[in-house]
Order: sequence, then structure tokens, then C-alpha cells
Amino acid sequence: MYSFFSFKHSHPHHYSPALFLYSSWWGGVQMGPPDPILGVTEAFKRDTNPKKMNLGVGAYRDDQGKPFVLSCVRKAEALIAAKQLDKEYLPIGGLGEFTKACAQLALGADNEVLKSGRSITVQTISGTGSLRIGANFLSRFHGGPRDVYLPKPSWGNHTPIFRDAGMQLKAYRYYDPSTCGFDFKGALDDISKIPEQSVILLHACAHNPTGVDPKPEQWKEIADLVKKRNLLVFFDMAYQGFASGDIDRDAWSVRYFIEQGHNIVLSQSFAKNMGLYGERVGGFTVVCNDADEAKRVESQLKILIRPIYSNPPMNGARIATTILNTPDLRSLWLEEVHGMANRIIKMREQLVAGLKKEGSTHNWQHVIDQIGMFCFTGLKPEQVERLTKEFSVYMTKDGRISMAGVSSGNVGYLAHGIHAVTK
Amino acid sequence: MSIFSDVPQAPPVAVFKLTADFREDSHPQKVNLGVGAYRTDDSQPWVLPVVKKVERLIVEDDSLNHEYLPILGLPEFRSASSKVALGDDSPAIKENRVGGVQALGGTGALRIGAEFLRRWYNGTNNTATPVYVSAPTWENHNAVFADAGFKDIRPYHYWDAAKRGLDLAGLLDDLEKAPEHSIFVLHACAHNPTGTDPTQEEWKKIAEIMKRRKLFVFFDSAYQGFASGSLEKDAWAIRFFVSEGFELFVAQSFSKNFGLYNERVGNLTVVAQDNENLTRILSQMEKIVRTTWSNPPSQGARIVSKTLNCPELFAEWKGNVKTMADRVLLMRDQLKSKLQALGTPGTWDHITQQIGMFSFTGLNPKQVEYMIKEKHVYLMASGRINMCGLTTKNIDYVAQSIHEAVTKVQ
Repeated sequence: MYSFFSFKHSHPHHYSPALFLYSSWWGGVQMGPPDPILGVTEAFKRDTNPKKMNLGVGAYRDDQGKPFVLSCVRKAEALIAAKQLDKEYLPIGGLGEFTKACAQLALGADNEVLKSGRSITVQTISGTGSLRIGANFLSRFHGGPRDVYLPKPSWGNHTPIFRDAGMQLKAYRYYDPSTCGFDFKGALDDISKIPEQSVILLHACAHNPTGVDPKPEQWKEIADLVKKRNLLVFFDMAYQGFASGDIDRDAWSVRYFIEQGHNIVLSQSFAKNMGLYGERVGGFTVVCNDADEAKRVESQLKILIRPIYSNPPMNGARIATTILNTPDLRSLWLEEVHGMANRIIKMREQLVAGLKKEGSTHNWQHVIDQIGMFCFTGLKPEQVERLTKEFSVYMTKDGRISMAGVSSGNVGYLAHGIHAVTK
Repeated sequence: MSIFSDVPQAPPVAVFKLTADFREDSHPQKVNLGVGAYRTDDSQPWVLPVVKKVERLIVEDDSLNHEYLPILGLPEFRSASSKVALGDDSPAIKENRVGGVQALGGTGALRIGAEFLRRWYNGTNNTATPVYVSAPTWENHNAVFADAGFKDIRPYHYWDAAKRGLDLAGLLDDLEKAPEHSIFVLHACAHNPTGTDPTQEEWKKIAEIMKRRKLFVFFDSAYQGFASGSLEKDAWAIRFFVSEGFELFVAQSFSKNFGLYNERVGNLTVVAQDNENLTRILSQMEKIVRTTWSNPPSQGARIVSKTLNCPELFAEWKGNVKTMADRVLLMRDQLKSKLQALGTPGTWDHITQQIGMFSFTGLNPKQVEYMIKEKHVYLMASGRINMCGLTTKNIDYVAQSIHEAVTKVQ
């Protein structure tokens, strides 16, 4: 096989048919940009400094810096293995026991919505799959504006997900760099101007990437305003239990909004709170007016899902269901989630204590006030660069660190490095 | 007023509705010849012995965790999968121009491939590029490409109802007349739903036209090994096209040949002209995967990878696959014999000539309705039956039912 033509494929060409005879179909394919977060991990891997720290990773690590497989997960796996189940296709909407337990976890088992059957929950490919199904559903059926309003900043993947689904992205103010906290006034101001029936995305808890969550009183005002503006609320809840350590507390915003009459749509992930990252366990819920509407919505969700992956994977959903529905395992899970959240909280406290010990005169309160896996340190890009080059501490350019990558063994070193680049 | 008050009720997906109806039926002799999953002679699902073995190994391995896979999937899985399709000695693999994208089943592989083609094939906006699917084809092909953004999906002649075989002349004519650069979805083997595959000579004719007219080859390979019992034989068409120099996609499914239906194990094999093209293609595949499911599920990929990469397990797997293929061949043989013995009008050679899980019986919708309503034998309105639904216990009843349908209902 030989090519008459060799092309420098750095930009798309328009080829005439004759040239195609001996050349590739793909000459016009541009090199995709490297994923910013993966790039951090790649660079970390190449670093030979024994003190290096990877604070880019969005996966929990134990105090030895190792991935953590929850005991309740191992126990659930053993129970499942003993059952010798078959491998038949799941329904398009997923494992029924799972979707039921998933909805109950988010909404509370005694929620009126569940009792009346006016919601539908489908099993999805973790949080990303859930957001994508949701975005596709809105794109096809939402009669309002095509705009989805994200908090500024938001998880990097939100934008391409909604865009690929055919929606347009806008933003509302959220993070205040001057306080490293919530820009409540700015958020209300921006939200008050969002055109009616637009979609607004809210992080239910443990905002990614800032770790900044509204307080309950602030949530109440947001809920009020969103209702006045008649906006469709899309909740992204990827950290239930992982934020405060308490699953009900972390779901409070979602439940409050529903109570206030918002028919929300909700994405859930079990990647972090059950450590089931690679098993891809998630749910997408639509709260409707009544059971009939829920049935119609369900039928359309299936029509969307079938041409993407037909039906979801069993393994992770089985594990999650077993944990949620087996009392012993559920209690164990709640303890372990609490444990993970507590370790993170402790690391926050130790980091601030360490910075004070180093002699830093900056206000680091936000490190403790922020919640969940991530911390927006407030470091500027130049400071981040120095931290990486001089101390082999790897993080994203926006100053975000994953607290999960911090351990009692390296928190002192981290404090030292941060102080060095900020004094 | 709900924002969703105008959402219409969508029709159920036919094949799953059929199974649902079957489940609700209380008739003692009911038979489900609908959905495409393997069944043993006791009508039970079959978890392959090699899969059970490997799953035990995985559960007992404390060094394994549940961390995210890379976006494109488990590397050992991807390379082993592409090797299964293209062959151990594949020159394309040796030339480092073959890549894989782990996907959620064959469906997921098709969808990622379709999304990529819509964005990057022959320019950067292919919404108007014609996509050809066989008439008939797996009913989900249409939706996969439509939802990926293709606006012009057309049938190509395939099934000749009169002769109950391949409409080769019609197929070749469509290839000649298709606009250049059109995309063609080809079934690598065990065509779904007809069970009718081109012969090697016929594939050569197809390839000649496709090369001359610059048509894109997108193979759907859901039954490798399952069709004839031989991995090599079932991959002949794919390997032939690769040897002819085509750049192509293969959407592979391990649902049937590994019996891993609900673990969603698939792989999109990409054969490019050279490594440089491949690298750019895979970089764009990553972007598409990232907004669809971020990274694929690990359990199924681990099972397949461990099996394919270990010689003993690989041999055991091939044996398991042959067990399934052989039972299907036996049922084909027996069904034809029984219909001939009953003197059922018509010729029934197509039952043994067709290959794979499915058979296009030739029963018309009225006859199908009779089968379901009067005989409680469930099959698709197209007349498609899943041979795996036949067992030595029910084959007499099914043959008798077909006989009645053909003789009583026109």
C-alpha cells in the first residue's frame, strides 16, 4: 500500500475526489487538544522527585495515598458472586431495584414524589452519562430557550456535554475570587436576569471545582428567585454523602427545591461516594407533574438511550443496590462515607494549621470553609507553576487541588510549598 | 403547566415488548423466539464456564480496585479485541495503524464511530453524507446514525424475499449508484436479521466496487465465532477488506460470543492508513467519549481481556463459543428436517443455509400473528426467529406451529 500524496495534516483541507484514491480519509482530522487534567497526571508520572504530590486527581485516596475500595463494596461483591446470577441484558432504563434505591437515596424514602409515582429514574453511565442523557432529553423536548446556565466556574466537562447535545451555554456568577467564597449577590443578580424557562444547572453539594456551597438560607433565596424566573432546574449531585459525611444533609438542597414545587431533573453519581468509579454507576431522574407524564417521559428516555448503548452495565448497579438494600451493608457504607468525608475535613484543617505554622499571614479560612473533594486555593497561575516546578506539587492551573491527594504524611510539605510561593 | 406536558408517549422497542408479552403469557407450551440471546437446551441463559472462572479470579484478586479506566478503555482489552478481529498476524497491526476504543457493547461502538464520522469524515460536517444500511437490518442501526446527526440514511438491497437469499444484483447496483464517499454499514457475518451472508466471491465483488467508488466501510461484528464456530472464518470479510487496503471501522460486540450481555463490552476497531492518522483519530475519539460516558465500565473488559490474553483461557473460550455455535447448527438441522417431514409447503433449505443466531423464516405478518396468538410462539413481525430459543424439548411444537401457520394462514 502506498500513498501518492503525503500531507501535513495540521488543518482541514478540501480534497477533490481524485486525490482520495491513495490517501487517507482522515487527512482533515485535527489533533485533539490534550485533556488538561490528564496532562497533570502525565507530568506527575514523569517526575522523579520522591516528594511529588498529585493533587489533580479527582478520586479519593486513603491516608497512604492509595485508592480505597470500600469494605461494603467488597462484601457486596462477595454476596453477589455467591448468587451466580446470569448476564442477561438489563432493561434499557436499567436495574429496577437500583433505580428505585437510587431515587430514594436522593429524595428520601418517604418523599411524596416517590409515593405518587410522579418521577422517573433511569440507570446511567455514572454522572457523565446521566448529564448527557439529561442534556439530550432537554435538547429534544424542552420547549424553552436552548440556553443552559452554569455556575462560573463549573466542572470542565459540563460545557462540552451540553454543547454536544445541542444546547448553548451561558453562565451566572458563582465564585468570588476576592473572598474565595460564594458570590451570593452576584449569583442572585445574574439569575434574576435569566430569561424564563431557561435551564439552570446547580451543584447540589460540594461544588466542583471550588468547594464553595451556598448556605441553607442562601439556597432558599435562590429557590425563590428561580421559581419567580420560571427556570428549569438541573441538579448535578456527584458527591452525596461525600461532602458533609451525611447523605441527608448533602441532599438537602435537592429535597428543598422539590418541596418548593420545582419539578427538577437530577443527575447522580456513585463514583465517589461508593468508590465505584470504573463501574460507571449513576442515575438520571425527572420529576414530573403526575405518573402519566412520568411514563411518557420514561418512554422517551428509553428512545434516547437505546441508540447510545442499548442498556446499562450490570456490575456496578448490582453492587450499589446490594449495599443500599442490605441493612448491614448500608450502615457500613454510611460509616465509610463519613470516614472519607472526615479525612478530607481533617486534611483541610491540617493544611491551614500547617500554613500558620510556616508563618503565612494570609487568610486561609476558605480552605476550611470549602467542602468536598476540591479546594480552590486562590493560587494564581504563576504560583501554581512555581509550586509544580520547585516542589513537584501537581494541580490544575486554576489553583484547584484535590484534598483527596493530601495525606497526614505530606500535608506539612504541601503547606511548606504553598507558603513558599505565596509569601 | 408542566414543561413536559407535550412529551408524547413513545412506542416500545419491539424486541423488548415481545419478551415482555412472552413473560406475561401463562400458556404452558409458550416459546420465545424473539430477543437475541443464547439459551441452553433447557432454555436457560448460559454464563460461559470460562467467564465464571475468570470472574472468580477477579473477585479474589485483592490488588484490583475500581479506579477509572482511561477514556479509551482498558489498553490490554483494546489491543486483544482488535487482534481477535484482524488476526494475530495482521499486517495492519504490525504496522501500528490499528487502534481500539472500548465501548458499551456493539451499540456503543457503533455510536462512537458514527459520531466520529459525522464530525470528521470527508470534511468536518457530514450530516448530509448518505449512510446506507441493509434492507432489512438490525432495527437500531437507523437510530444510532440518525441520533449521531446523519440526515440521509438509506437502505441498500439485501434480502430477496422471493428467493429467500441475498439480492446480490440489487446490492451491487446500489453500491454503483451510491454517491461517492457514502458510508455503508456491513454485517461482518451472521447478518441480523436474515442470517444470510455474502460468499467470499460475493464479498470480493462488493469490495471491488467500494474501493473504486470510494465508499466507507463500517463493519458491524456482533457474532464473531458464534456464527460458524470459528473465529477466523467469521472474520474473513473484515480481514479481506483490510488486506485490500481499506481504512475502516469495525464495531465489535462481546455480548453474544462471551455471553456478557449486561456488562456492555464492545470495541471500535479503527484501521487507518498509518500511525500518524491513527493518533489524530484516537485523540478525537477521546473527546467524543468524554462527553458521552467519560470512560467505559471495567468489569466486562477485565473478563474479556484476561481471557483473550491468556492462552489456556483463550482456548477454553473458543471451546465455549463452539459449544454455542454447534447447538445452533443442530437446531437448524433439526428444524429443517422436521418441516420437511411434516410436508410443510415451501422449501426450507434457507434454514440450514442461513448462519448465526437468526433465521428469516419467510413467515408473513399474518402468519406471525397466528404463531403468537394461537400457538404462543413469539417471534418478530418480520418472521425472524432466534434459533437459540429452540430446544430438543420444544422443536416439535415449533415445527408443528409453523406448519399450521403456513397451511392455515395466507
